[in-house]
Amino acid sequence: MSAGFKRKDIEATKLENKIMTDYFGELKEAIDTKNRKIAWCTSVGPAELLRGLGFLVYFPENHGAMLGATRMSTDLIDSSVEIGFSPNACSYLKSDIGSYLNNQTPLKEAYGFSSVPKPDVLVYNTSQCKDVQYWFKWYGKEFGVPVLGMHTPREIENGDMELNYMGTNQIKSMIAPLEKIIGKKLDMDRLKEVIANSLKTSQIWNKCLELNSNVPAPWTFFDSCIHMGPAVVLRGDKVAIDYYETLYKELNEKVRNTEAAVEGEKHRLFWAGIPVWGKIGALSKQLGSLKANVVASTYCSSWVFNDLDPENPLDSLGKVYTELYISGNDDRRAKYLKKCFDFYKIDGILYHNAWTCDYSSETKFGLHKTICEKTGIPYIVIDGDLNDLRCYSEEQTKTKIEALIEELEGI
Amino acid sequence: MKSIFLGIDVGSTFCKAAILDENKKLIGNHILRSGTSFEKASEIAVEASLKMADCTLKDVAYCVSTGYGRENVKFSKRTVSEISCHSKTAFEKYKKKLTLIDIGGQDSKVVFIDDMGRRLDFVMNRKCAAGTGSFIEEMSMRLGVHISDMDKLAREADKLVKLGSFCTVFAGTEILSKIRTGINVNNLAKGIFYAVLKRVISMTTIDGMIVLTGGVAAHNPYIAEMMETMTGCRVLQPTYPQLFGAIGAALYAKNFKKEQ
Repeated sequence: MSAGFKRKDIEATKLENKIMTDYFGELKEAIDTKNRKIAWCTSVGPAELLRGLGFLVYFPENHGAMLGATRMSTDLIDSSVEIGFSPNACSYLKSDIGSYLNNQTPLKEAYGFSSVPKPDVLVYNTSQCKDVQYWFKWYGKEFGVPVLGMHTPREIENGDMELNYMGTNQIKSMIAPLEKIIGKKLDMDRLKEVIANSLKTSQIWNKCLELNSNVPAPWTFFDSCIHMGPAVVLRGDKVAIDYYETLYKELNEKVRNTEAAVEGEKHRLFWAGIPVWGKIGALSKQLGSLKANVVASTYCSSWVFNDLDPENPLDSLGKVYTELYISGNDDRRAKYLKKCFDFYKIDGILYHNAWTCDYSSETKFGLHKTICEKTGIPYIVIDGDLNDLRCYSEEQTKTKIEALIEELEGI
Repeated sequence: MKSIFLGIDVGSTFCKAAILDENKKLIGNHILRSGTSFEKASEIAVEASLKMADCTLKDVAYCVSTGYGRENVKFSKRTVSEISCHSKTAFEKYKKKLTLIDIGGQDSKVVFIDDMGRRLDFVMNRKCAAGTGSFIEEMSMRLGVHISDMDKLAREADKLVKLGSFCTVFAGTEILSKIRTGINVNNLAKGIFYAVLKRVISMTTIDGMIVLTGGVAAHNPYIAEMMETMTGCRVLQPTYPQLFGAIGAALYAKNFKKEQ
């Protein structure tokens, strides 16, 4: 039963809407006037390098999440399957390409686009998953534009200098072709400035997330899924820093006033995995009505790059883009999760077993079992998907969540 | 006026009601197909259970509902998940460490209960009905036999025919091709039970003493014998496997009344 719960407003949402509108407005202007070069980039790709060179940066994964959140994705996926992508391939990929094939995008209604912006170059990083390269290469062929990529290993430990060096070299090798496309040399001072902005954005975004270590927590994972937009698409731009400073101030005020995102917060949960974008509202309501707040996640923390260093721009880009949580080995993941559970005072865990996203799902290779043995924290596994709602059962999820809460309440 | 406790389990396929007296004795129950109106089905189940218990609605001290349609029961004062309700009945009845396996119409679950009655862990099937009663129902249609004959047919099998398909639709096609090759219906019926059990027991590591509940066990007791062979564990077969959810809900009703 989810009656009686209403998500608390966050004032900063208005500012977020404005800066996102401005961001898309700049892209739209570039489409209309062709005054700027556009680079498509994976969400954990070297966006700073692209911004440093002067590209406008567009993120297909952000578009994928929009397709999921607006529930347009499920209907579009089959168009990608028809042209040869497996039903098991990433549903961001399938819904995004399906959106392109059908020229249906939420960008039309929200920002007045006639279609997605045509890229001058596509740049990916396989650190998060391997599917992104096929996704970007498909578009490269479709638009007849160059595709550049970072190919990084998986199952890695932090601080492997050799791997970081490899990442840095791959980033360095992108500079010359990108300079050729944009028609100018990389200005290292500008890159340092962009990296400094990106670092600052990461730090404040992280501070916003960490405010949820307070009891009661001032906001929810579902709120942060919405407010992470600028950390993904605008990192490197000063406007993102200003936005997160505003958000932090508001959330901190809520902490001072002991204002709970979920009134009467009784249970503090952790979301491990990628969101079920089309069910954010329903899950938020159900959990809220059970006095449970999902206070932290692996997902929203993925855009925290605290090792960026403006004084060592290329080395630090190499490091942060090879050392993502999602590319870590089980030991590293387990240590990180344990630290989060302690820091956020977690009572229960919701693992999202995403049908088309192996790497974001801790459940695919049994890590959730290991973590349960180590921590004893009760958990459930929600079978679903990021964008394909056909893989998600409303009733089963509801029952599992209720059973977890009953377990926490000793019923 | 009497003081009785009502539990209603509105499952995807069957609706069950159970009435317990002050001493937790089952004094009334009823099972019927859930149909298209959960509200109507629960009303009929309650009416028939009350009649059996020789009671009226006024005698109901507290009512709890569970199951897929738990929010569609107008008598209910509170809902509890079927995972908790099944566990509650299992521990109330056996008072020992158990692995509860419930195979229902559209879902199956495994719940581990410790020797204090606490739930240690549980798993449910994915969004797929291959390890549930619906699979048996669909396959019996393919075999052209009534679902109530499946248990007898499987029991008389002289050989186990394994199905290779995960999906209900493909398994149906596979059944048809096996019929065409002359495999007898008994062996196919046993193969269908085997496929369901295999799917259920592969959801997690099964050990300890098992109690098997749900409609599939109620209508096909041979399933319990097969499970015993397949898992090497002792499988307890309660008298009312299909009523475990409803009885659990009634037990919760008694607890909640006490807490009021």
